[in-house]
Amino acid sequence: MKIRICIIAAVFALVAVGSGQALAASPTLDSIKSRGALKCGITTALAGFAFADKRGVWRGFDVDFCRALAAALGVKVKFIPTNAKERFPALQSGEVDVLFRNTTWTLSRDTRLGFDFAGVNYYDGQGFMVRKDSGIKSAKDLDGATVCVNAGTTTELNLGDYFRSNGMKYKAVVYETGTEVRQAYEAGRCDVHTTDASGLAAQRSAMKVPGDHIILPEIISKEPLGPAVRHGDNEWGDIVRWVLNAIIIAEEKGLTQGNVSRMAISTKDPEVQRLLGKTGSVGDDLGLDPDWALKAIRKIGNYGEVFERNIGKKTPLALARGLNQLWSKGGILYAPPVR
Amino acid sequence: MSGEIIGAVPPLEAGPPKMNIGVVGWIRMNLFNTWYNSILTVLSLSLIYYTVTSLLNWGVRLARFTGVKPEDCQGIDGACWPVISDNWAFFMVGTYPYELRWRPLMALLVVVALIMLAVWPRIRRMRLYQLAWLVSPIVIFIIIKGSDTFGLSQVDTRHWGGVMLTVILSVVGIVFAFPIGLMLALGRRSRMPVINILCVGYIEMIRGVPLITVLFMSSIMLPLFFPEGFNLDKVLRAQIGIIMFAAAYQAEVVRGGLQGVDRGQEEAAMALGLSYWQSMVLIVLPQALKIVIPTMVSSAISLLKDTSLVVIIGLFDLLGIANLVLANPIWLGKMFETYVFVAAIYWVMCFSMSRYARRLEIRFSAGDR
Repeated sequence: MKIRICIIAAVFALVAVGSGQALAASPTLDSIKSRGALKCGITTALAGFAFADKRGVWRGFDVDFCRALAAALGVKVKFIPTNAKERFPALQSGEVDVLFRNTTWTLSRDTRLGFDFAGVNYYDGQGFMVRKDSGIKSAKDLDGATVCVNAGTTTELNLGDYFRSNGMKYKAVVYETGTEVRQAYEAGRCDVHTTDASGLAAQRSAMKVPGDHIILPEIISKEPLGPAVRHGDNEWGDIVRWVLNAIIIAEEKGLTQGNVSRMAISTKDPEVQRLLGKTGSVGDDLGLDPDWALKAIRKIGNYGEVFERNIGKKTPLALARGLNQLWSKGGILYAPPVR
Repeated sequence: MSGEIIGAVPPLEAGPPKMNIGVVGWIRMNLFNTWYNSILTVLSLSLIYYTVTSLLNWGVRLARFTGVKPEDCQGIDGACWPVISDNWAFFMVGTYPYELRWRPLMALLVVVALIMLAVWPRIRRMRLYQLAWLVSPIVIFIIIKGSDTFGLSQVDTRHWGGVMLTVILSVVGIVFAFPIGLMLALGRRSRMPVINILCVGYIEMIRGVPLITVLFMSSIMLPLFFPEGFNLDKVLRAQIGIIMFAAAYQAEVVRGGLQGVDRGQEEAAMALGLSYWQSMVLIVLPQALKIVIPTMVSSAISLLKDTSLVVIIGLFDLLGIANLVLANPIWLGKMFETYVFVAAIYWVMCFSMSRYARRLEIRFSAGDR
């Protein structure tokens, strides 16, 4: 009898210890660690953001953030390509741990779908493209223009809102796919091509003479794209948020893929020391190794490096930093302090 | 009267007027026999001429064939074929790990070797050769998927792609759908109510929904029913969906053949004392299947093309790889070249299947001649 009581007590004690640990750590992180790999949901194919090169290696802006997150956790990364319809069930069912997949942060996705957005890694927005020789310099000059647009998208709705609220007239020419829109615009069937600014840049680089077209400075809608995780595992959300923040802070502090290992030893900046695990306990607080940020930055570099490598001026996409510039340089990229 | 007519007949040696015989005569008889046919002929000929010349101009005369970089295509008005040659292996095997690409190649060699050996009838009749065919799927699976016991590192199915995935999905689909379809067809003709209702219900349910719905169900709905963390392989899920779908159609094809066999055949078999299975396997099915070879092949061909629908559940078959190539910033906008290439590959696969089916038909119909 006594033995039995002892056993029961021991079992209870074990359960208590176990649940105590579970409270402190994240179940998602635990399963990633035991699996040895992060399952990162990416888009099936989007120029500059996620694609496989001829050797079958995944590359792109979103892909790099997956790599950084996996490096911070000290695990391998598995890329799970998902299309627009699958992405949410895939996250809900646990088929992926995180979505880095051009997903716009909206209220209904945050609440009704049961997700949490851990931040924004790309601020997109709807823009306009016109022919250079048209002499148009601003979207305010577009009164009476013919506009090529995708059918049944928020793009089409935003377009109507923008022209109405500015008291301008326009004629919409509607097509089913982005490719059709581009071909119609290139063939001169309309004066203006409109879609998300990153998409406009991709479409422009696919044209015969990309230099003949300009993207107007006005952005008429907000499309904050960021990583999404399941609601409820807040510790895991914190990790994703701070890996993203670490990549942004790295640019603020001038840490690059090349110099971060050196800086980790030599830096005198107290915030960098905390970030790279020289002082303080931010790694412990997140449930990660002290050098989590060092590993992430060593893997992909800072935000500016990721941007320029995948979608920046030297790539065929030739996107300008725009909103995605640091707050100190005229953009809205802003990471909270590491303290 | 008659004398006048005889007198009007020209000498026999002259034959019919030159304009009514030979190539010229045939053209006049078939292409220009009425005014509206003449107009149609001229219109279609100019349409064909225009299409073919512009295609040739784009694809051959103005095209660039050599080079590996997009820069090699600068200033070219025609096709930029380096997009295909540079990504050739990627089109074939998709995101299969680069350093392991020799394995799909080896699997291909196994199949080619087996087909080549079939040329010699003596080898074809050998037990060993037939056994080799039977075990070849297992060998190919081990080569591609990997196995720790053979020292081949495991390659996850999410890395399977390109032509390899298209071929695997369709061949496995056809091979498994056939026996299931056969059973369903027999079940549908069965006089046992439970079996009959089950089979009819299954066939009509599957035939009543598009393949795309079945794929969506298998890829999006199924994981929601599984406990968290339990994930059935995505390729396997799609494969099961394809087999389920193809089996229902095979069942109807086979049923058509069964109905084409005279009832007397089955009755005669029973009169001889053969059991149900004996009469089916020995008497009815051989005759029924012979009738439906063309239909069976055409459903196999449409299945091969239907596998391209797996793109929408995030698998990268040949078409999915084409989309990936187009998302590579350096090859942006090369969609005509890419899609023409994909169409050509599908055409080669489907056309060779239909030629093979034609040969089978001729061989099996030897008894009817």
